[in-house]
Amino acid sequence: MAALADTLGRQETAAPFAIELRGISKAFGPVQANKDINIAVPKGTIHGIIGENGAGKSTLMSILYGFYKADSGQILVGGHPTPIPDSQSAIRAGIGMVFQHFKLVQNFTVLENIVLGAEEGALLNTSLGKARQVLKSLAQEYGLNVDPDALIEDLSVGHQQRVEILKALYRQADILILDEPTGVLTPDEADHLFRILRGLRDQGKTIILITHKLREIMEATDNVSVMRRGTMVATVKTSETSPEQLAELMVGRKVLLEVQKTPPVPGKVVLSVENLRVRDEDGVERLRGVSLEIRAGEILGIAGVAGNGQSELLAALGGMVKASGVALLNGAPLPLAGPGADGQSRREAGVAHVPEDRHHHGLILDFAAWENVAFGYHNDPKYQKSALFMDNAALRADTERKMATYDVRPPIPTLEAKNFSGGNQQKIVVAREVEQNPDLLLIGQPTRGVDIGAIEFIHKQLVALRDAGKAILLVSVELDEIMSLSDRIAVMFDGQIMGMRDPARTDERELGLLMAGMTGENAGAMKKEAH
Amino acid sequence: MDYATLLQVLDTTVRLATPLLLACLAGLYSERAGIFDIGLEGKMLSAAMSAGAVAALTGSAWAGLLAGIGASMLFALLHGIAAITFRGNQLISGVALNFLASGLTVLIAQALFRQGGRTPPLTGEARFNPVTLPGAEALREVPLIGPLYFEVISGHSVLVYIAFLIVPLTWWVLFRTRFGLRLRAVGENPAAVDTAGVSVIGLRFAAVAITGVLCGLAGAYMATALQAGFGREMTAGRGYIALAALIFAKWRPVAAMWACLLFGFFQALALRPDVVQAVVQVKVPVPLLDALPYILTVLVLAGFVGKAIPPRAGGQPYVKER
Repeated sequence: MAALADTLGRQETAAPFAIELRGISKAFGPVQANKDINIAVPKGTIHGIIGENGAGKSTLMSILYGFYKADSGQILVGGHPTPIPDSQSAIRAGIGMVFQHFKLVQNFTVLENIVLGAEEGALLNTSLGKARQVLKSLAQEYGLNVDPDALIEDLSVGHQQRVEILKALYRQADILILDEPTGVLTPDEADHLFRILRGLRDQGKTIILITHKLREIMEATDNVSVMRRGTMVATVKTSETSPEQLAELMVGRKVLLEVQKTPPVPGKVVLSVENLRVRDEDGVERLRGVSLEIRAGEILGIAGVAGNGQSELLAALGGMVKASGVALLNGAPLPLAGPGADGQSRREAGVAHVPEDRHHHGLILDFAAWENVAFGYHNDPKYQKSALFMDNAALRADTERKMATYDVRPPIPTLEAKNFSGGNQQKIVVAREVEQNPDLLLIGQPTRGVDIGAIEFIHKQLVALRDAGKAILLVSVELDEIMSLSDRIAVMFDGQIMGMRDPARTDERELGLLMAGMTGENAGAMKKEAH
Repeated sequence: MDYATLLQVLDTTVRLATPLLLACLAGLYSERAGIFDIGLEGKMLSAAMSAGAVAALTGSAWAGLLAGIGASMLFALLHGIAAITFRGNQLISGVALNFLASGLTVLIAQALFRQGGRTPPLTGEARFNPVTLPGAEALREVPLIGPLYFEVISGHSVLVYIAFLIVPLTWWVLFRTRFGLRLRAVGENPAAVDTAGVSVIGLRFAAVAITGVLCGLAGAYMATALQAGFGREMTAGRGYIALAALIFAKWRPVAAMWACLLFGFFQALALRPDVVQAVVQVKVPVPLLDALPYILTVLVLAGFVGKAIPPRAGGQPYVKER
């Protein structure tokens, strides 16, 4: 690594860095989000920044884009010290940002979104005309094709992201920062994005890619900087490192990236679902006749791009929304609407649920950890003192025990849920549901916003629950997670199951095609063609 | 109903629709920028009192108009500070300002003139008097069109023409200018505006200021053109009717004009029970006619006119995301 610093150092005399941060520090109250960060990004490279949640990546990028002012330190753009007090200055300095959550106006056209804030004069017509021309040449130059007159709300997520990139290019950005760009993309769309990024790099643009996905770093970047707890721990050449080394740098200890598990021993059918249908508030059918079976001692993984009915499947099985169809739990009917179709009845029947959105459905953030541990199980006799009163002391003791088992930090039951990190919040929810020893566990996005160390732990718990002969329905948009945990994989697209696959006999490509809505036959044919 | 009577009703419709239209367009700017404003009523009322008082004291309708706009903008600024700067609840701020206006106007009018909370009757130059449009007299004898031009279109105060000219102007500003694009964007997704390097707070205050100006026009029209002086609660819920018209029009300027004319028409009917009786052949109680615009308001607000999608960021204070 010292050698790389040398090489990078020597480059400075030849060509200045596109961007260089010197001694950047930023504190939010007592929390030191960035501590003396130094980073130099050579021109015309793709530079990855990797780190766990809360490592300070986003804070650093927000400083670079003028959202926050650093407490100390210096930013150099193209070798010149450049203060960036606001977004306008960042744009003027040639920095463009593609946020994780797109900053697009949904009912505007592509063209209107692109000129917004970068108009030429007070009247729109000239701006829109010029933008149309520029867009045409950008499309030719970089292969970024988007219909300029389409409304954003009609575009796919991948295309919306292209609009964000075009917005930055239209503002003549030389440095493009992308924050977790692949979270919402199918593997195919992600591949396409990386091709675009490489094209941009080859035209001399500098790209900073922020992600927590090791695979993307290895695939797409030239250099990578690793952040841990607000500090920059290393900058290495991607070609000279490995996922294992990066993971260790991120967490500060050795991490098992592979899930260790034995072959499944499926038992009797725990849950069988026939023709499950869910309509949303607008009457649109979100779940269009889903049928599946989960046996004891197996993990059924549901893969798919977010928004293709997975959330509705979890919500319907978890009793959170009305559904139609037939569901049997251990052979007994599971009500899908009306009495008995609610979260508490489900839990009494032995169906535990770790919801996808832990902030809205998994926890009450303003409540203490021990109060959160009671949710859904507050009628459990073990938490009752008498007919009228709950046994809060028992509940607190139980919480303390769970926190110890799950290594929740800090292990303080009276601390409010919002004061735990994402990984520890998730551990509280998982502990609550798994420790009730359910027959069936529904779990959505188990590791969203959870750091690598906690991911490893949660995965182990899921495998242990499976080995204890329980059935698990796993929904995740992380294909890696689905592939490594599942014993069978169902791919959802547009409210339907496109196919069932054995994880040992499929690959990301095939799953990716299914996720994009190609049927099994088409996907097979396409795959052959591609080879 | 003969043609002459119809024209009379339509003439009244235009006069009564004008304050609604100005208030409705006022609300349009604010709500398109993401600031809900239930306080149109209060702004109109404060403008009506200020315009009436200053016109009475100076004898100039124009001075009254300026005072009305000033008072309304002061209220708009208060709403802006509460809703934008301090990210308060926009409905509560609006309601509070309505109460404030309701009490304060009577208090000040009483302190100034000691006439039971009214301002003195306005005459001559202290009022905006009817303007006869060019050729109105000459064309009067032309069948059909002549009387229409003379009765309905000509013969209103200058504020009426300003109000109706603001309709195409608003359309042009919203859909053909940079300011309009940014204004619409800030009501839909302020984060997009912020990351583009444009001030969300600046845009929203600009929108709220325009709302203040237009409500000022509406209130001044009430006191110095439609009527001759300010009276307690003289706006009589027009701010709320304007809001209903805005929703009815789905936040579009030209549709807002038609919606306001419809509400104005119902108000005009309430003034002519004889005409209603002649048309429907049943004696309709006057209180029921008086209630018609309000009943229509309730129906609109209850969603009987189809789904109206408000600006997506409406009512939400903008907080910069980490």
